[in-house]
Amino acid sequence: MKTEFKPPIGKISNINGQCISLIGNDIDTDRIIPARFLKCVNFDSLGESVFEDDRKTFKGKHPFDLEENKNASILVVNSNFGCGSSREHAPQALMRWGIKAIIGESFADIFYSNCIAIGIPCFTLPKNLIEEIQNYCLNQFLFLEIDLKKSLAKSTDLNFNLEIKESSRKMFLSGEWDGTLTLLENENLIENKFTQLPYIKFNTNFI
Amino acid sequence: MSQDTLFDKVWDLHKVSTLPGGSDQIFIGLHLIHEVTSPQAFGALKDKNLKVKFPERTVATVDHIVPTDNQSRPFKDNLAEQMIETLEKNCLEHKIRFFNIGSGNQGIVHVVAPELGLTQPGMSIACGDSHTSTHGAFGSIAFGIGTSQVRDVLASQTLAMNKLKVRQIWCDNKLSKGVYAKDLVLHIINKLGVKAGVGFAYEFAGPAIHELSMEERMTICNMSIEGGARCGYINPDEKTFSYIKNKLCAPKDGHWDKALIWWKSLKSDENSIYDDVIKLDASKVEPTVTWGITPGQSISINQQIPLLDDLSPNDKLVAKEAYEYMSFKPGQLIKDTPVDVCFIGSCTNGRISDLRVAAQVLKDKKVSKNVKAFVVPGSEKVATEAKQEGIDKIFENSGFQWREPGCSMCLAMNSDKLIGNQVSASSSNRNFKGRQGSPNGRTLLMSPAMVAAAAINGKVSDVRELLN
Repeated sequence: MKTEFKPPIGKISNINGQCISLIGNDIDTDRIIPARFLKCVNFDSLGESVFEDDRKTFKGKHPFDLEENKNASILVVNSNFGCGSSREHAPQALMRWGIKAIIGESFADIFYSNCIAIGIPCFTLPKNLIEEIQNYCLNQFLFLEIDLKKSLAKSTDLNFNLEIKESSRKMFLSGEWDGTLTLLENENLIENKFTQLPYIKFNTNFI
Repeated sequence: MSQDTLFDKVWDLHKVSTLPGGSDQIFIGLHLIHEVTSPQAFGALKDKNLKVKFPERTVATVDHIVPTDNQSRPFKDNLAEQMIETLEKNCLEHKIRFFNIGSGNQGIVHVVAPELGLTQPGMSIACGDSHTSTHGAFGSIAFGIGTSQVRDVLASQTLAMNKLKVRQIWCDNKLSKGVYAKDLVLHIINKLGVKAGVGFAYEFAGPAIHELSMEERMTICNMSIEGGARCGYINPDEKTFSYIKNKLCAPKDGHWDKALIWWKSLKSDENSIYDDVIKLDASKVEPTVTWGITPGQSISINQQIPLLDDLSPNDKLVAKEAYEYMSFKPGQLIKDTPVDVCFIGSCTNGRISDLRVAAQVLKDKKVSKNVKAFVVPGSEKVATEAKQEGIDKIFENSGFQWREPGCSMCLAMNSDKLIGNQVSASSSNRNFKGRQGSPNGRTLLMSPAMVAAAAINGKVSDVRELLN
C-alpha cells in the first residue's frame, strides 16, 4: 500500500494531484466496495479492497491497478457515480486508497453527502469536458491544481471552471464540513424544536 | 421551488436553523440504526467525547449480517458475531432500545419500524441505509444517510441537508390483475431513469397509488432511491391511519384523536406547487423484469431486451456493459430465461402481503428441480404471522426453503450468496454487478409473484398464466 493514511482535517482550499480516470455511468457503491467488506467495525482496511471485484475481472488492467496511477488522487468519473447503497464505506475506501477529490458528470445524492461529510470535495463538469479529461488521461499524466476559492482547476494544458454546490464549497473553506460541532452549536434551538414537534406530545407510547 | 407539498410542510416543521454554509439543519424525529453502518459512528462519538443526545429517539435492530439458517449465538461467522456484539454493547452503553433476535420484533429495519407503529406521518426519519425512503409510504420524509451522518444524528438529533426539489409522479387508473407495486415502481424507474431523482423527493400520487395497500406503498417508496431519489413519499389517507392504529408504538387513547387531526393536515395542498410533474397510466403496466445491471434496465415480460439503437445515447454505455455481464443478446426475449436461484424477501418485498401473494401462486405446485428457492421473511412478526396462516407450509411443500428473518441475499452479507454466474430471480431491489454475493452472479428483479412463477417453471415466466 501507499504511505500511511491521514484523514483530512480542518479547512480544505487546495487539492493538487494526478488524475485517475474511471469510465462508466451508474457505477454503484456495491462495485466501489462489495458488501462482504462491510463486515467490519472500523474503516481502516477498506483501501486495499476498493473495486475488488472489478479489479479481479480486469486482471491488473483496472485503472486502480495500473502502475502509472498509483499516486493519483483526483478521480474523474462519468454520470451518477456512487448510486445505490448508502454505505460510507465506499468513499472511505476511495479515500484510503488515495483519492482526495472527485470530478464527475453527476453524483448520487447519498454518496455526495457522504463525500462531503468525510472531506472529499466532489465537483461536476459537463459531459464533453469530462470526456476531454478522460481522453487526455488515456495517453498522458494530468496533474491538476484545484483551487476551491475560485472553483478552478489548472494544469499545464487544460483549465476548467469546476462546479460545486455553494454550501459544500463554503463548508470546505471554513472547515465546517466536519459538521458535528457546528450542529451542536445550536443546542438550544434543537431542544426548542424537540419540544415544539406535535408528535413528541402524542407519542407517549413511543419507545 | 415547491410550495405547500407534504414535503415542504414536514421539512419546514423540522428546520432548526440555516447553517453558515447555507444548508438547512433538520431535526430527525426518528433515527433507526443497524449493525453495519453504526459501529464507526459510535466510535466517532467516543473519539469526540460526545453523548447520544436523545437516546429515546433512536431504535436499533440487527438485519444485514444475520444468518438465516442457524441464528444461535455465537454466529458461525466471527465477523458477523463481532458486529452484533458491537451493536449490543453500543445500545446498552447509550441506552438505546434494541430489538434483538428472539425479541419478537427483530427484522429488516424498514419492515420493523412500520410494524411497530414507529413510522408515522409528518415525521422526519433517518437511517444509515439507502432504503430508508420506504418510510415515506406513511407521509413521513425519510432519508438514507452515511455513517458520518449517523454520528451527527446520534450527537445532535439533526442533519445538515440541502432541501430537495419535489417531483410528483401521478399514476392514473389502477394496476391490472397479476401486476403489483414492484412492477409499477420498476416501470417508473425505467421511464424516468436511475438518476432522474437526484436532488428530488418523489411524491407518488394519483388513484393507482391510493388504491395500493400500505405494504405495497412501502414497496414503491422503498425503490425511490433506485430512481435516484433519496426520499419518496405518499400523502397519508385512511389506509395509513388504520395501518398504524393499535400498533405497539402508535399514539393511544386521547392522543390518537389529536394525532389524527394533525396527520390529516399534512397532505400536499390541492394547489401546491411542484418542481416537476410526471403522469403515467398504471393500467398499462405489465409484469416487469430487469435484464441488466441497473434497476432502470427493465422490460415487460413479453418484451425483447432492447437493441442498442433503441436506447438513448446516455443509456448505451451501461447497456453494452449489461449485455456482456448478463450474457444476454440485444433483441432476446426475457421470458423463458432459465433461473438457478429464486429469492423472496428484502425490505422491498419481504412483508406478509408479499408472502401471501407468492404462496397463492405456489399452492399445490412444485418448484422446478433445477432451482434452489428460499424465502426470508422480513421480520420475526412477518414469520409468526405467516406461520399462523400456514404460509410457511405452502412454501415448504412447494420446495422453497423457509428461513429466519434478515436482509439475506438482497445484498449477501451473510452466507446466502449466488455461486459463479448463477441467475437469480429476486424480489429484492438491486441487480448491480456482484450484488448477490458472487462477483459474476446475475440478478433479475421482479415481484414476489413473478419469483414464485419462475421457481415453478425454472425460468422467467408470466405469473398471469398461473393465476386463475
